[in-house]
Amino acid sequence: MRNIEREVQREVLALQVNGERIQVLVPVHKTLLEVLREDMGLTGTKHGCELGECGTCTVLIEGLPQLSCLVLPIELENRRVTTIEGLTQGSHLHPLQQTFAELGAAQCGYCTPGMLLAATALLESNRRPTRDQIRAALAGNLCRCTGYSKIVEAVARSIGLVRD
Amino acid sequence: MTERGSGPLHVVGQPLQKVDAGPKVTGAAVYADDIALPRMVFCKILRSALPHARILSVDPTVARRMPGVHAVITGQDLPIRFGILPVSQDERALEYEKVRYVGDPIAAVAAVDEETAEAACHAIRVEYEELKSIMSIDEALREPVDEPIHDRANTRQLVNIHRLVAYEFGDVDAGFEKADYVRQDIFFFQGNTHLPMEQHSAVANYVDGKLTLWSSTQVVHYVHRALSKTLELPMNRIRVVGATHGGGFGGKTDPFAHEIVVSKLAMLTGRPVKCTLTREEVFYTHRGRHPVLMWVRTGVTSDGRIAAMHFKSALDGGAYGSYGAASVFYTGTLQTVTYDIPAYRFEGCRVFTNKAPCGPKRGHGTPQPRFAIELHLEKIARDLGLDPVEMKRRNFVKPFTRAVNWLRITSCGLEECTDKVIEASGYRTRRRRPGHGMGFAISSYMSGAGTAIYWNDMPHSEVQLKVDRTGVTVYCGAMDIGQGSDSVLAHIVAEELGLQPKDVRLVTADTDLTPIDLGSYSSRVTFMAGNAAIEAARKMRLLLVQAVAEKMGVGDEVEPIPVGGGQIGDFDFEQACVLAETKYGTLTTGGSYTPPRIGGPYKGSGVGPSPAYSYSAAVVDLDADDRTGIVTVNKVWIAHDIGRAINPLLVIGQIEGSVYMALGEALMEEQEYRKGRHKWPSMLEYKSPTFLDTPEIESFLVETIDPEGPYGAKEAGQGPLLPVIPAVNAALFDALGVWVDEVPVTPEKVLRALDRKTKGESPRYGPQKFPAIPYPELIRVEPPDPHDMRVGAELANA
Repeated sequence: MRNIEREVQREVLALQVNGERIQVLVPVHKTLLEVLREDMGLTGTKHGCELGECGTCTVLIEGLPQLSCLVLPIELENRRVTTIEGLTQGSHLHPLQQTFAELGAAQCGYCTPGMLLAATALLESNRRPTRDQIRAALAGNLCRCTGYSKIVEAVARSIGLVRD
Repeated sequence: MTERGSGPLHVVGQPLQKVDAGPKVTGAAVYADDIALPRMVFCKILRSALPHARILSVDPTVARRMPGVHAVITGQDLPIRFGILPVSQDERALEYEKVRYVGDPIAAVAAVDEETAEAACHAIRVEYEELKSIMSIDEALREPVDEPIHDRANTRQLVNIHRLVAYEFGDVDAGFEKADYVRQDIFFFQGNTHLPMEQHSAVANYVDGKLTLWSSTQVVHYVHRALSKTLELPMNRIRVVGATHGGGFGGKTDPFAHEIVVSKLAMLTGRPVKCTLTREEVFYTHRGRHPVLMWVRTGVTSDGRIAAMHFKSALDGGAYGSYGAASVFYTGTLQTVTYDIPAYRFEGCRVFTNKAPCGPKRGHGTPQPRFAIELHLEKIARDLGLDPVEMKRRNFVKPFTRAVNWLRITSCGLEECTDKVIEASGYRTRRRRPGHGMGFAISSYMSGAGTAIYWNDMPHSEVQLKVDRTGVTVYCGAMDIGQGSDSVLAHIVAEELGLQPKDVRLVTADTDLTPIDLGSYSSRVTFMAGNAAIEAARKMRLLLVQAVAEKMGVGDEVEPIPVGGGQIGDFDFEQACVLAETKYGTLTTGGSYTPPRIGGPYKGSGVGPSPAYSYSAAVVDLDADDRTGIVTVNKVWIAHDIGRAINPLLVIGQIEGSVYMALGEALMEEQEYRKGRHKWPSMLEYKSPTFLDTPEIESFLVETIDPEGPYGAKEAGQGPLLPVIPAVNAALFDALGVWVDEVPVTPEKVLRALDRKTKGESPRYGPQKFPAIPYPELIRVEPPDPHDMRVGAELANA
């Protein structure tokens, strides 16, 4: 149902989100962030600025980390989008989710979905990153709670890297 | 209260996963902006574009007629003033007489979507008469060209001065006469903001005469009160629920315009209404660190013992009161619980300016004086040829004493904290490279304010426990803002009932369902809600044990019955619950915590007392480039007297987060204005540390087992921020031989100080003078006997 009091151009878009093919009718100017949260109910993707500055809204597009607040879904037809909801297999946590939880890498948890997806992308491209490589890969994601160190350790532990 | 045997602890002290980690790593946690209700409409707020102006008219006619607009409200719809402190009821949800900073709310729209609401805001016509704006402490101390920021016809002081305080404890002049050496310094601490990752958000729903508000607040109870006042609804018709919280750091500790506005719009439209602030609005909503100019003069004996101190502060408060009346006290009162100052004079002043209102940020009013005092003592030590660490150590307060301003000090691990960081860092032995330096500093912080924000003698925290055949549920008003207060409650109840935290269900921060907790501010929750939870859980434990004892035929001999590992005596926990429910009926217990009345016998003694103070010490190791002025922090060692770590994993998390936030304040973060506007209201321009800027942090926990803390615990969320900032500046001096007496330490300031050093001038960058402030006559207070630990009220009445 749409309130159509205001004239807005809408398009039917076919998206592939977390392995599901989904059709949505949305205004063409809506960002991927907005479509995920408002039209698909995928509120696990958060936002901190909606200007591409904080990394909070990071999702994966074809496995690469992208800021969903800067992406228009109209560009994404038939490209694979992964959100935090797609990281869990059924109710089974991804190893990164497991170590983030165990080590206290999520305090308020608001930056956590974006961090997890950026870390997932890193580990897809580099299975054995050093801690410096982890820091570099996540440097576009801000966190105000943790001081980052628990996040670095959680990524390291997820691949069995013990403290150096 | 039933006392528990002093057996070993099974859950408390374990580094366990947070109870809410699961929903947070899967995206299932529901934050305020994630809430979507049927028929929900969206709110946008029209805010002032001018820093200081009279509002001549607000015309919403065009906006109201726009398609998709459900309601437009202006100041006339919400005329009642509010504010967090009873003495500062100076804000309106929507202003209609005048605006006092860029960002001051004027009107609000509810519409089918945010874009429509935004467009309607643009269509609201506001006519202003611009007034001269006041943008600095110096300007605020002059007679205004136009009118004062607030109508303060009754004031006898300069019109833009918000608050003045002046105290003398002991005989300061006599102290200075005894001193062998006297030094004075001036410091400036620039303002900065909390920058929580989550933008403030609130959703209101009004059904059948009852309002529900979900909000990203740190203080559901105070929001409840503010809604009742401004909406003229009785509190029993309002429910405030704290949604999963995306970070506060003090920035969500006031009741805010958007919370009141969405409530009013929900009442008018009969629809749920949501308002989520943009990042730019978050910068203007602020309530962050006050810019503070400080002047300090200290007399010491030749061995470096403090004989007397005189400290003056001037706070740039921004446009409204907020917590400012308390903030001004906090810049002065806690000096005495860190160092033993036998005679102390404190004069404080807060002014109004046409900037976003300042308030409490992590450390509330104390990082600024901590920065000043630590550097000041460092300079005195160097002047006298004394080792700064040893000179400071000579002046540490002693445990179980009273400070000159009557603050009661219980457990204190300053010595142990200092030993840990000095030893681990190699502060004394490490060879310094050119441009390489190390700095040391200490601090203390409150484990909760000893007095409530509004005057009352009721408990500050209450916990109810319900046990039945399905398990245990804890009800508490405490708001988990990510620091882990839910986990602390679960740990404590699990400990007392012989369970694991995951066995405990939690209902928190919901004014309909939970008893009062005053909120997540002043580092009060572990101490206060923790003590309330212990009381409730021990009462419940007794019921369960008695029922089991009866069944086992041991009568009232309850002591030998062991509780632990999911067992109570011969029965598992569920069987024990069945026995107790059968014996007593509904199983509910309650516990509450009221801080002891420990303030001194003088007016104004309510700010500063805390049932216990945490202590920290830090060493910072850095490299400073004398060509670029760039400072790179290599490592921070920090030791924190936590009393007892209820969950060391979470305590370390608070310490690391505090150190990180301190480094941001020390090196880059500043809330600066240009032509009345925030100079950089975006996350790109407002620099905060990233992964690449944050060094290794090595944390040490010192456990002093405070006699009044829950299992001996004290606070962790704020104190560890405090020593890091002065330790950076001290390390900079160690590295380059220059003082930057100002925060943040930007490369430009380092280069200017180096330039002066090269020219043979004073190797210092910092403020040159402290303004003349019409402080009132000193309130002179006789110091207490430092070893008399009886409560202040008792002594005052004696």
